[in-house]
This record gives sequence, structure tokens and C-alpha cells, in this order.
Amino acid sequence: MDALEVFNSAKDSLVSNRLRSTLTVLGIIIGVAAVILLVSLGEGARAYIKRQLGDLGSNILIIVPGKTAKEGGMHMGTSTVRKLRMSDAALIEKRARYVEHAVPIIIGTSWIKRGNKSRDTYVVGVTGPYFEVRNLKMAAGRAISDADVAAARRVCVLGRTVKRAIIGPYGPLGDSVTIGNARFRPIGEMAPKGVALGFDIDDVVFIPVTSAVELFDTDWLFNITVKVTSEDKVPIVKREIRKLLMKRHAGKEDFTILSQDEMISVMSRILRIMTAVLSGIAAISLVVGGIGIMNIMLVSVSERTREIGIRKAVGATNRDILVQFLAESVALSLAGGLAGVAVGVAIGLGFSYFTSALPVKIAWWSVGLAFFFSAAVGVFFGVYPAAKAAAFDPIIALRHE
Amino acid sequence: MPLIELKDITKAYTLGESRRVDVLRGVSIDVEKGEFIAIMGPSGSGKSTLLNIIGCLDRPSSGIYLFEGVLVSEKSDEELASIRNGKIGFVFQSFNLIHKFSAMKNVELPLVYAGVRESQRRETAARLLEKVGLSGRAGHKPPELSGGEQQRVAIARALANNPAIILADEPTGNLDSKSGAEVMDIFLSLHRQGATVVMVTHEPRLAEMAGRIIHIRDGEVA
Ligand SMILES: Nc1ncnc2c1ncn2[C@@H]1O[C@H](COP(=O)(O)OP(=O)(O)OP(=O)(O)O)[C@@H](O)[C@H]1O
Ligand SMILES: [Mg+2]
Repeated sequence: MDALEVFNSAKDSLVSNRLRSTLTVLGIIIGVAAVILLVSLGEGARAYIKRQLGDLGSNILIIVPGKTAKEGGMHMGTSTVRKLRMSDAALIEKRARYVEHAVPIIIGTSWIKRGNKSRDTYVVGVTGPYFEVRNLKMAAGRAISDADVAAARRVCVLGRTVKRAIIGPYGPLGDSVTIGNARFRPIGEMAPKGVALGFDIDDVVFIPVTSAVELFDTDWLFNITVKVTSEDKVPIVKREIRKLLMKRHAGKEDFTILSQDEMISVMSRILRIMTAVLSGIAAISLVVGGIGIMNIMLVSVSERTREIGIRKAVGATNRDILVQFLAESVALSLAGGLAGVAVGVAIGLGFSYFTSALPVKIAWWSVGLAFFFSAAVGVFFGVYPAAKAAAFDPIIALRHE
Repeated sequence: MPLIELKDITKAYTLGESRRVDVLRGVSIDVEKGEFIAIMGPSGSGKSTLLNIIGCLDRPSSGIYLFEGVLVSEKSDEELASIRNGKIGFVFQSFNLIHKFSAMKNVELPLVYAGVRESQRRETAARLLEKVGLSGRAGHKPPELSGGEQQRVAIARALANNPAIILADEPTGNLDSKSGAEVMDIFLSLHRQGATVVMVTHEPRLAEMAGRIIHIRDGEVA
């Protein structure tokens, strides 16, 4: 029996049971579509994070308190580690070479109120250069200046979300808001940065770091953000800062210096793992679909017992029968795979076309992979029913009603 | 050399633990090329079993089976399939046509497994359907044909690869006397053209038209 005949026979058999075939491959369709979608979402998120972090300035080192494992991007300050202080930042800016700015940062959460409107938001204490370092633009008013910091002025710059919440989109900034228990004068509004992976970057208020020291009654820094003069100097600066700080911290390395690139690669790795796990789970649907195919092929084999007997009586070999039924299960799963690719890609493209909330980037390798796997599923789950059909005794099969 | 030589062929089934059914108990038959043989015998005497063994659908429990002088018992399943395909044309009491296929496609089936090209298959199948008087029915599926017509399609299929022998197991058993006579006429005419035919039948009237009658009783040649 030649390949064309095998193909035609499989096609005829599947087409003549159109509804049954469709229902059977639903699992494969869903599995393939889900794998493609999840991988595309993961890839999209990775690309998005790279772009977003790139947007937030380049050649940046971030010093966080506490020694963290190199892999973990998180830092949890515990009481045993020595904290970073304002003086550390000042020292770095003064003494380290190739450092453009070293910005001490204090972050807390607080209520911000005006009139009867209020919002619980992030309050970030920074110095003047922060806006330049982080590539932040003003929509109105001015940014925090060195003079504000020097005098610990009660001034603030509002993120767009906060401004909308307590003032409204079009209202003037006015001359007073309450943060915690203190009155602050709004001096500017940030240009919107948008939502990054569920985190609203505009839901924030900037104040001079010196005011943050008073507001939160602490001089422990959340981090020190360092702008290096150029990319090739990043490793040197890293070494130098490490030496400086260790000397100051009695020889203990109780801080971690991360470069922007490292943070991107850490997040990228986490996302890649998450993507792999999620698409692995989605791939279970492929297995479920495969079991569905096996089930329907077993039904088909038993329904067609007599046909198998007839084919054998006129000269079909066991191999002919095996190939015939295997071709059917592979055709089923390939059809499901194709439909799944179409559905997955269509939904993925639809997402990226209609919304920017979910960054989707179709990963074409995942399309190939999912398609390949659906074919493999067809073979794997088709072998048993096909082998069963091939092993039928022709006489018993011919007697079958 | 006879076309077929059976020597001491037995067939036994074991049912359950120790119950054994001896269906054939030492059957020896020669079939010469061009013969028309009728096999008769009571129900359950082992006629179908014998025919299935001759047709390489089944294997004997013991004994020697030579087909065209070649020992069949030694052959693999694949080789038996190839003998069934090329050398044997089987006609069954219950037609055994594939219902979802047209008459044409049913006749083509042995040619498919012989690896014949589609255009060639069409040509051969059309010629055979004409031979059994069914040119006008090529596109019909078996359920749309009468019993006699279905059996004639089955005969056309049996002839597809120009077999060395035609085996028919009660080919008229499911037919009324008129269609039965038509089917019998086809066998007789094939025989006149040189075909070797072995036919199981319960009807003495038909058996008498054959060149030789073999009686089977309790798994033995009577
Ligand atoms: N697979 C089997 N297992 C057990 N016994 C079997 C099997 N196949 C056939 N037999 C027995 O073998 C005997 C002969 O059967 P066979 O079909 O050859 O008879 P037959 O002469 O063709 O009868 P009929 O004229 O009714 O067709 C029967 O008694 C039957 O029950
Ligand atoms: Mg019988």
C-alpha cells in the first residue's frame, strides 16, 4: 500500500466521522494553543521587561543592603546586617571614580491626601539627579532639586496615578497635600510611564530624600542607585564601590551590588523558568488529548474489526493494517496540532493587537515544537490501537458482526 | 504436480483447560489445476475450517500443505498475506464487502495491497465488474446492491489479482435461487476459461455441476 493510498484512506476515515474527529482532537487543539500562547506570553514579558528596564536608564548599578545569593534579585534587610546610610552614598559619589551620581533612595508607603481624596501609595525619597539617572520626564512643574534636598524641603513630585486620584486629571497641582502627618507642596507631575507587568510605575510620589528621612524617621536606605559614566566602566566602578564600602563597614561585605544587566538577566531567567513550568502544565493537555485519541482509535478498531478481517483476507499484511491505523491517529493529532497552532497564533496576535496590558510575542520555535509534539502524541497514543488492529486473527475478525 | 496438496491436515481447538475440539482429523486432498471441486458435508463437519486453511487464512495444527509445490506451513504471516493477495480469491457466504466503499473500490482493494497504480486499478476493476455484469453499478455501495449483486462484486474482487485458485464458502447460501444460479453460472464460466475453483455448498444440485465432489464428515474425508 503506497503512501498516497494510506493518506487518502486516513483522510476519508476522519472526514466521514467529522464530529467525532473534531471532538477527539479538542484536547490537542487546546494543548497546542495553550503552549504557544504561554510561551509567547513569557517571551513577550521578557522582551517587555528588557525594554522597560532599559528605559529606566543605562549604566546603572544598584547597591542594596544585605548580602544576597547572586541568583536572587531580592534583598531582605535583616537586623543583623548593617544598613546603608546617606553617608555611604555621599562617600561613593565623592570617592569612587567614573561615578556620575550616587543617589540615596528611601522608600516607604504612606497615605497622601488632599481635601477629602486620598491614596495609599509609594513614597520615594530621592536626590535631584535621580530623574536624570532614571530617565524620568516631567509632565508639568519641576523635578526635585539639590536645593530641595539640602534644605529638606517639604516638596513632592506626583506620579500620574496619584495625581489623578487626589487632584483629578486636569486640576492644577495646588499648593498643599498631606503625606503621613506632614504637609508637602506639590511642585511637579511626572510624565506617565505606564503599567509594567501589573505594577503601576506611576503610582508613586517623589520627595527629597532628606524629607523622607524625617517622614519615615529613618536614615536606612532602600538602595543607592549609581550612574556610571560609561558602560565599559561598570565593572571597575563595581569593584571600587565594593572596596570603599567594605572598608567603611569594618571589612564586612554586608551589601550587594547589582548591575542593571544582571537584574535583567535574573528576571529574564525567572520568567523563562515560569514559562517553561506553565507550558509544561499546558502540555499535559496534549497528553490528555492523546489519551482521547487512543480511546477513539480503540473504538474505531473494534467497530471496524470486520473491515480489518476483509482487508487481511484480500492480502493486507499486519504492517499494512498497523500503518493504516497509525496514519489515522497521526492525521488526527496533526490536524489538532494545526488547528491548535492556528488558534494559539490567532489569539496571541489578537492580544498584541487589541491590548498592551499583556505583552505577547509569538515565539515561532514554540509553534514548531508544539506541532512536532502533537505528531509525536499521535504516534505514541496510536501505536497501541494500531498494533491491536494489526494483530487480529483474520478468521475471527471476519466472523465479527 | 497438483496445485494444492494436503496431507494429514488436522485442526484442533483447545477450549478452556483441557477440552479439545478436533475439527479436522487428518484430511488429505489434492487439487489439480483447472479443477472445479465441490465440498459437501453436514453443518459443523469442518468444511469452512478446511477452506480457510487452503485459503491461508488459517493454519493447520499439523500436517503438510503444499501450494504450487511450496510448503505453506513454514511461511510467515506476511508471506501468507502475500499468497492470499496474489494467488487466492476468496468468496464468502456473507459477501464480506466493505460497506463504506463503492463496488469499484471494493474490487480495487486486493490491487491496492498488490501495489498497483490507481489508474491501473480502476481499469482492472472496471473490466472485472463488467465481466460479472455490474458495469452500471460501479459507483454503488454494497448496501445499495441486492444480495446477488453484492456476491458478484465479491467475485470480481476475488478475481482482481488473477488468482491461481478461487475458494468459495457457500457462495449461494444467502441468495435466492435465481441469484444463486447467476452466481453459479459465473463460477462455471470461470471454470470453462481455465480457473481452478473449490466451492463449499449444501446444495446437491449445485455440487453436481462441479467436476468432483468431496464429502467431509466429522473432520474427515468421507
Ligand atoms: N475458533 C474456534 N474455536 C473452537 N471451535 C471452533 C472454532 N472455529 C470453529 N470451531 C468448530 O469447528 C467445527 C467446524 O466448523 P466449520 O465452520 O468448519 O464447520 P462447517 O462445516 O463450515 O459448518 P457449516 O456448514 O455450518 O458452515 C464447529 O463445530 C465449530 O464449532
Ligand atoms: Mg461453514
